[in-house]
Amino acid sequence: MLEVSELHAFYGKSHILQGVDLKIGQGEIVSLLGRNGVGRSTTCKAIMGLVPPQGRVVFKGRNVAGQRPDQIAHAGIGYVPEDRQIFPGLTVKQNLELGMKRANKFGRWNFDDMFKLFPNLGERRDNAAGVLSGGEQQMLTMCRTLMGDPDLVIIDEPTEGLAPKLVEQVAQLLDEIAKRGIAILLVEQKLTIALKISTRLYVMGHGHIVFEGSPAALAANNAVRKEWLEV
Amino acid sequence: MELIIVSLLNGLVYGMLLFMLASGLTLILSMMGVLNFAHASAYMLGAYFAFTISQHIGFWPALILAPVLCGLVGAGIEMFGLRRVHKNGHIAELLFTFGLALIIEKVVQMTWGLIPVPYRVPAGLDFTLFKIYGTNFPAYRAFMLLISALMFGAIWLGLTRTRIGLVIQAALTHPEMVGALGHNVPKVFTGVFAAGTALAGLAGVIGGNYQVTEPAMAFTMGPIVFVVVVFGGLGSLSGCFIASLLMGMIQTFAVVLDYSLADLLKHFDVVVTSTTPFHEVLLVPLSRIGALLPYILLVLILVFRPRGLMGTREA
Repeated sequence: MLEVSELHAFYGKSHILQGVDLKIGQGEIVSLLGRNGVGRSTTCKAIMGLVPPQGRVVFKGRNVAGQRPDQIAHAGIGYVPEDRQIFPGLTVKQNLELGMKRANKFGRWNFDDMFKLFPNLGERRDNAAGVLSGGEQQMLTMCRTLMGDPDLVIIDEPTEGLAPKLVEQVAQLLDEIAKRGIAILLVEQKLTIALKISTRLYVMGHGHIVFEGSPAALAANNAVRKEWLEV
Repeated sequence: MELIIVSLLNGLVYGMLLFMLASGLTLILSMMGVLNFAHASAYMLGAYFAFTISQHIGFWPALILAPVLCGLVGAGIEMFGLRRVHKNGHIAELLFTFGLALIIEKVVQMTWGLIPVPYRVPAGLDFTLFKIYGTNFPAYRAFMLLISALMFGAIWLGLTRTRIGLVIQAALTHPEMVGALGHNVPKVFTGVFAAGTALAGLAGVIGGNYQVTEPAMAFTMGPIVFVVVVFGGLGSLSGCFIASLLMGMIQTFAVVLDYSLADLLKHFDVVVTSTTPFHEVLLVPLSRIGALLPYILLVLILVFRPRGLMGTREA
């Protein structure tokens, strides 16, 4: 479904991505692991067109590298940023509405689905999103992207700074997404979640992929975990 | 009492005119980060377009056509100029719009001449609507109030009740995210830039004959509009509205008040004479520094509240 090859990206003169290669199949949950600053978030942004990419980003057989973010979103890729970027002055429902690419055109998800999954959001549907708690904002930002009915969703650090109970809720939502046949590229620091839900994992170091394999293979590979993941 | 009511009405008219200019500028600045020096030039173009059109087919068609023409000019500037310059950063954008303002001024001078043009209030609106304590209130000022109130209502409804309005509101804080959700942000930018320029043009149509239509009008109006935008706060139309009315009132009241600091000190039994230190400053009447007051407020708000009155971002 998504095939990224020789992906490079720069911030000014800094060469952040130095030839990233990764693949995601239909309905797969793939995790991208690595320490802070190795280029995981930049990989997401480069795929989404938010950072100018060099290389190939082939989605459903079409190279989308160099297209605008809205064109990439219309191709079927959804993006949940690490810093949430909810629209604080708009209500919860309006935030969800903006996730939809066209008015009143629902795909696999509608408002009721979201409010059933997260009753807190339902109760606060007419409140300004800016007053939600950090956990509620994280749920909202994920739900907002899902309202656009993507076939692949890139989720950057969804559990960052969340209480254990909320981390569990995020894991449940990821399960629900996978059940509906949507592929996930999950950027995570918490190895336990990634090992539990992923079908495959990539580990990044210094701007490129240093390991690719199954959760079992990573769990068994002490050397990779020590060198590239453990602090 | 007479002074207060008349000044309130005049301040309201001027404040609403400022809002018509500043609302477009605040949307452009908040969404696109472009400090558009040429914004007040659209105000001037609106007045000149309206003058020419009204000479041929009358004021009422000009009221519609001149803002539309200004909007088209704005769309062209955004699509073929700003969008390319944007890649080179904010300084390049700033210089681009500054250069554009100078070009527009020269073009206006070459086309319509250096002296003010006789752009007059239409005959149908050139009468006294009512008298307050012996002071005439012209019908045209009421018409200006009506147009600005209609525009305010249209902007408010457009931004809060339509989908494109939601997209614009969202893009005020997170334009990148709006794009990543599948909305064509460059197209929205063009639309907002064109609409903002059209609004400035509309302000020119109804303000050009209320004030004076001359080549210097853009540079007279420009700085005060920037004050309104920064004072109101980036990303906030409500802040912009309050700041517009406040600046309108301050400037209108200041010119009619003949008080000085010396008058204030009299209440504390301090008499200022020619031997009092700084007596030159203490004796200056408010009416003489009225034009300066908005800029003093600008400096104060930047020092003590850089977000502005109701801004969502730092200025």
